[in-house]
Amino acid sequence: MARRIKGLSDRAIAWIFVAPTIFLLLAINIFPLIWTINLSFTNFRANRLNREVDYVGLRNYERILTDTDIWLNMQATAHFLFWTIFFQVLIGFTLAYLINKKFKGNDLWTTIIVLPMMLSPAVVGNFWKFLYQPQIGLFNYIVAFFTGKDPSSFEMLGSVDLAPWSIVIVDTWMWTPFVMLICLAGLRSIPDYIYEAAEIDRASKLRQFFTITIPMVLPFLMLAVLFRGIENFKMFDLVVQLTGGGPGSTTELTSINLKREAFEKWRTGYASAYAIILFVTVFGLASIYVKALNKVKER
Amino acid sequence: MSSFSVTEPSKRSKWFAGTLVIVYALITMVPLAWIMLTGFKSPADAISYPPKVLFEPTLEGYVNLFTTRTRQTDEFLAANPPETWYEEIVRQYDMVIAGPSKFGERFLNSVIIGFGSTFLSIFLGTLAAYAFSRFKIPLADDLLFFILSTRMMPPIAVAIPIFLMYRQLGLSDTHLGMILLYTAVNISLAVWLLKGFIDEIPREYEEAALIDGYTRFQAFYKVVLPQAATGIASTAIFCLIFAWNEYAFAVLLTSGTAQTAPPFIPTIIGVGGLDWPAVAAGATIFLLPVMIFTVALRKHLLRGITFGAVRK
Repeated sequence: MARRIKGLSDRAIAWIFVAPTIFLLLAINIFPLIWTINLSFTNFRANRLNREVDYVGLRNYERILTDTDIWLNMQATAHFLFWTIFFQVLIGFTLAYLINKKFKGNDLWTTIIVLPMMLSPAVVGNFWKFLYQPQIGLFNYIVAFFTGKDPSSFEMLGSVDLAPWSIVIVDTWMWTPFVMLICLAGLRSIPDYIYEAAEIDRASKLRQFFTITIPMVLPFLMLAVLFRGIENFKMFDLVVQLTGGGPGSTTELTSINLKREAFEKWRTGYASAYAIILFVTVFGLASIYVKALNKVKER
Repeated sequence: MSSFSVTEPSKRSKWFAGTLVIVYALITMVPLAWIMLTGFKSPADAISYPPKVLFEPTLEGYVNLFTTRTRQTDEFLAANPPETWYEEIVRQYDMVIAGPSKFGERFLNSVIIGFGSTFLSIFLGTLAAYAFSRFKIPLADDLLFFILSTRMMPPIAVAIPIFLMYRQLGLSDTHLGMILLYTAVNISLAVWLLKGFIDEIPREYEEAALIDGYTRFQAFYKVVLPQAATGIASTAIFCLIFAWNEYAFAVLLTSGTAQTAPPFIPTIIGVGGLDWPAVAAGATIFLLPVMIFTVALRKHLLRGITFGAVRK
């Protein structure tokens, strides 16, 4: 008797504990996803509720995939993705390597470097707009100071050539610390005895770097790239505050374009199809990448 | 340096590495320092050329941030001398304070929604993480991966149906709606992180408690919860920072009563364009708590970032 009143069975507790989370995810993640798929086959417009909604089959998908403007947005996104990841990996790894030299006070300086990534991208992005002002902005002033140019002679946000780089600079400033921290975790996971053994074998420092350090950190680095890739594919807040997609559509990343279609032009059905295409793209690319990552890990 | 080690970097390379890192850290701080400085500038100083590092500090930006102001006639100004220091600041421009601005409300919304969603994410997340960690749940790995993969959706893509759903349910522009939404976004990461922390707690502790006559539930909150406290705290900080910083959902789904600070701060308009000192003042008030948090809790926070990413 005494044992039976000792509360619920483990099985019941497991379900009671998991159910609210599953329910919330179903209601706010899965159900909307299914709804989006459904909407993507219609010509529904969220600002005109009284209009009759027709199923249009695959027409939305067809129009998106044949639209040349969307390929321009994809190109802008690809440029942004490639260069942000390139610089973040380069600078992030270098910083991690230097911090791993364990100089005095390294943890405090690491924290200071990490600060930008903890902050609100929208608020910070908005302020960078101020730094990028042609005449009065600090960024232009500093660049002008070192290059001898006139600080009002170039517009980071206003010119077609520079705007794509202006967003790369801010994103790199903000997210390099993330890559750095992951690389640092990788470097710290390498046991000392491996280097000691290499030292006994008289391997040069350079050789140790390429045969021990790089291969051991690579899985970590690849993981950092995966996270940054997914995040920057979704990029919205920082860039929308900085450039709003302009000038023209030079910095109009896919998320900004999607927002325009869904919440300014109110082409809800079309935007839903667009959203599904983006989701499938990220998911597909990420899956392929994870397979490659696992291969590297196995080695 | 008591004993010689081949893996210990030389003094010179330490010095060299330290210098480079510190230089990078100082450069990276410039934009943040500039935000804080600009908050104490007058509008004229803020847009002067060359940019001013030394200036006479004023609280104008902060006064403008928290108030709305109107222009008044000379007679009115002469008849009503300024009574407070902030009235006096506004008088320089022949203006009077008309009332409080919306910043206070927006900031409060950020606090309510941030803490509300963090509490909910942690509450639900801890329960789910415990279940995933300790019990056999069918398809647990698939479920966990699936939960995490929902974060790959661009927020705008999720916002379309959420917008329609919230409109139907009357949740648009409400605190509850935003709390539920941020909880749904955060909970996947929370479960993932918390499961890792709970996995590290030896099962023997609970088993001992169960033998002592505790129920499973008592064992959970008397034995497991205290052990997982630091893990829970650092997960909570991540949830809070996400909700605090979030912009895309906030700008699309809120416009008034539940609007948080990030969509509001960039819209602070002064005379003839953005009022940069007021924007900077708002940004400072909004960003400073996170910065202090980060420095104060750096040990847990930095470990948490890599822990979440590196596991598996």
